[in-house]
Amino acid sequence: MIRFALTLLAFAAALPARAEVNIQEVTSPGGITAWLVEEPSIPFLSLEIRFSGGSSLDAEGKRGATNLMTALLEEGAGELDARAFSETRDGLAASFGFSAYDDALSVSARMLTENRPEAIALLETALTEPRFDGDAIERVRAQVLSNIRSSEKDPDDIAGKTFDRLAFGDHPYGSDRSGTVESVSALTRDDLLAAKHRVMARDRIYVAAVGDITAEELGPLLDDLLGGLPETGAPMPDHVDVALTGGTTVVDFPTPQSVALFGHLGMKRDDPDFFAAYIVNTILGGSNFESRLMTEVRENRGLTYGIYSYLVPKDYAELVMGSVSSANDRIAEAVEVTRQVWADMAENGVTAEELAAAKTYLTGAYPLRFDGNGPIADILVGMQMQNLPIDYAATRNDKVNAVTLEEANRVASELLRPESLHFVVVGQPEGAI
Amino acid sequence: MPRLLALILTSLFFALPARASDMVTTYTLDNGMEVVVIEDHRAPVVVHMVWYRAGAADEPQGSSGVAHFLEHLLFKGTEKMEPGELSRVVAENGGSDNAFTSNDYTGYFQRVAADRLELMMEMEADRMVNLQLGEEEIETERNVIIEERNQRTENNPSALFGEQRDAALYLHHPYGTPVIGWRHEMETLGLDDALAFYKQYYAPNNAILVVAGDVAPEDVLALAEKHYGPLPPNPDLKPRERVKEPTHLAARRMVFSDVRVAQPYVTRTYLAPERDPGAQERAAALTLLADLLGGDGTTSHLARKLQFEQQIAVYTGAGYRATSLDDTSFSLIVVPAEGVTLEEAEAALDDAMESFLEEGVDSAALDRLKMQIRASTVYERDDVAALARRYGSALTSGLTVEDVQEWPAILEAVTEDDILAAARDLWRPASSVTGYLVSGSPTEEAIQ
Repeated sequence: MIRFALTLLAFAAALPARAEVNIQEVTSPGGITAWLVEEPSIPFLSLEIRFSGGSSLDAEGKRGATNLMTALLEEGAGELDARAFSETRDGLAASFGFSAYDDALSVSARMLTENRPEAIALLETALTEPRFDGDAIERVRAQVLSNIRSSEKDPDDIAGKTFDRLAFGDHPYGSDRSGTVESVSALTRDDLLAAKHRVMARDRIYVAAVGDITAEELGPLLDDLLGGLPETGAPMPDHVDVALTGGTTVVDFPTPQSVALFGHLGMKRDDPDFFAAYIVNTILGGSNFESRLMTEVRENRGLTYGIYSYLVPKDYAELVMGSVSSANDRIAEAVEVTRQVWADMAENGVTAEELAAAKTYLTGAYPLRFDGNGPIADILVGMQMQNLPIDYAATRNDKVNAVTLEEANRVASELLRPESLHFVVVGQPEGAI
Repeated sequence: MPRLLALILTSLFFALPARASDMVTTYTLDNGMEVVVIEDHRAPVVVHMVWYRAGAADEPQGSSGVAHFLEHLLFKGTEKMEPGELSRVVAENGGSDNAFTSNDYTGYFQRVAADRLELMMEMEADRMVNLQLGEEEIETERNVIIEERNQRTENNPSALFGEQRDAALYLHHPYGTPVIGWRHEMETLGLDDALAFYKQYYAPNNAILVVAGDVAPEDVLALAEKHYGPLPPNPDLKPRERVKEPTHLAARRMVFSDVRVAQPYVTRTYLAPERDPGAQERAAALTLLADLLGGDGTTSHLARKLQFEQQIAVYTGAGYRATSLDDTSFSLIVVPAEGVTLEEAEAALDDAMESFLEEGVDSAALDRLKMQIRASTVYERDDVAALARRYGSALTSGLTVEDVQEWPAILEAVTEDDILAAARDLWRPASSVTGYLVSGSPTEEAIQ
């Protein structure tokens, strides 16, 4: 029965990757490259743009500058103040999203075919001529400060910040990209302009377009939209060694359910063993209900609503991490079971049945990700940032299927280090933890 | 007997599929199960959903949370399937699955390659009527839902505040009870509670099948007739008539204090009419009212008055949940700027609402909203899973397929006068709850 299912799946999985999602590389007359999937059946376009480096390029002492700058990109640009900009965008029924992450600044745009030139022209002003008006800066700064204060009393956020500080110290990854009340309060308009020049440059740009547009139309559009950006920006941050050692850090916080984050050194995305690690993690704590952690901590013991582990291959550091939340009087047991599951997999590896099930799940789930113009654009821009070849989608499942039981178990024993696993627990846990 | 006759007549009447739009086709099976098929042939993927017209507001008194508890227990196996087997088989087939519970519905779904649709139907039909539960599963899963409540609600003062606010808004109707349940009642939920709810509500004549993706409607119908068709309807299913709210005579005010609050805010909530079958006009006006008042953080009326003309607030918003079986709510929120008290923020909110009525609707703003409504009919074709959810939630909230399809046109027909009339009608102090979320220990507040 399972063998039968496998044969069918290989065919189904291949369809979107090979036949339906036809990815082209388009280079504009001005030399900007984008990946394109033409999808003319619905008259709109999804555009994903990434500037690598993101908020990790904040200048010394200016933590939060990239985050605040990004939030201000649609608060007035060119001739339009914040309200006029929003009114113009809404009148076109376009939507623009701007976000700052540790490794990238992302721009997600969606626009109708019927008014695409106007929408692109408006987006261009946000990317190249944001106004950073004084009143807009103060309005958005107050919002960011409010978020920072709220985050200081949110157990999930406290856990994340504590974990990052322990893992990465003084590296930008070690602090919140929103900045602190002090650093954000001190930011000036010049700091925001400087942050924009550090991050939003053509030498670090990745673009994907999916929708109702041809390669011939996309080329000039890229130059219109992005040609006005500066050629170069700030140098990229350094790689950082993960400084975690085994143990537990408890942050006392008055809340009934303790939140735990745990992890240690992980694996680089371009490591030849990455697929084996990806499979091992799926079996350990991947996102479906079948993982060992979910089975032991939730299904068998009812200790939590959800427990997950994940590989975190950042551009300049790599972790394997996990998270779980349990009532203060039960978190110690959840942590204990998690340590046991972690150690057992490191020592004894996975079974042939688990490996087969994980492969079927991963290879079957992959094509399901390609389910809309926006999601496809998101995948394509991610592939470019990870230096993957343009035919990656067609070969990815073969790489998953090629992982042997021996490889998976060697990688499980190398990747999982129970003695290095560090837990950050936020709450008021009872008992020894 | 009359009920049986009605069923037969219905099946004759609906035997031919009704193709409602270029993407949507509907049927009703002989046993009363409704079927909605939404086509999107761009990728060989399908979403398979079964929605039940049963949610938290249908629970018997004293067992709050049982609808959601049962949702968890539906993954625990049948005569044919081991506990967890359904999710395992979905995963083995490369799919993902989950479920959700609201006040008015409970839904189960799988996303999977289109050629696996039949397997999904086979398993979903099985657990509609053949659930098998033991005491050991009950205890473990009850702990899971209590941890879910811890995670969603107890650990989050805003969620606790919202729960208290709903309880204050509804004097009598079960929407005042949280979907996840009150903790003291969740702790007592047992096998009998879950099975009683299951036997009452899980039947084909109380269910809606929604299939969206790379499928042909006639194939879906054939599969549905094969797997869901043989299931017997529940002849004892009663019309969903819940208690009605009495006339609200007193404006309610509440203060919720919690040491974990970093950013205080004020909310105002009004009891509001919902979309009714064949009569969605007032709900359409309220939908646009919420957008105009607090939809966009830059251009909305509240943003203009409280964030641009004065620096009273760091955030303002308005929300209205149009799709609901019974009376719903319309909410406003003001997060004050530093140095502004909640009393000042509330006064500014009152002024802004008054000025909205005095100044009238900004016709350019209304035109922009209507442009976005027209555009949404283009954008939504890219996300059939969202369309599937829209049909499922509407059909379990008393609406029909026709209501869903007429909704964009009804929104577009709303006039400036309709919006102002809806606002005047809605904003009656006696049917409102004003809530302050503040930082502090609960005991201090109780003494005040």
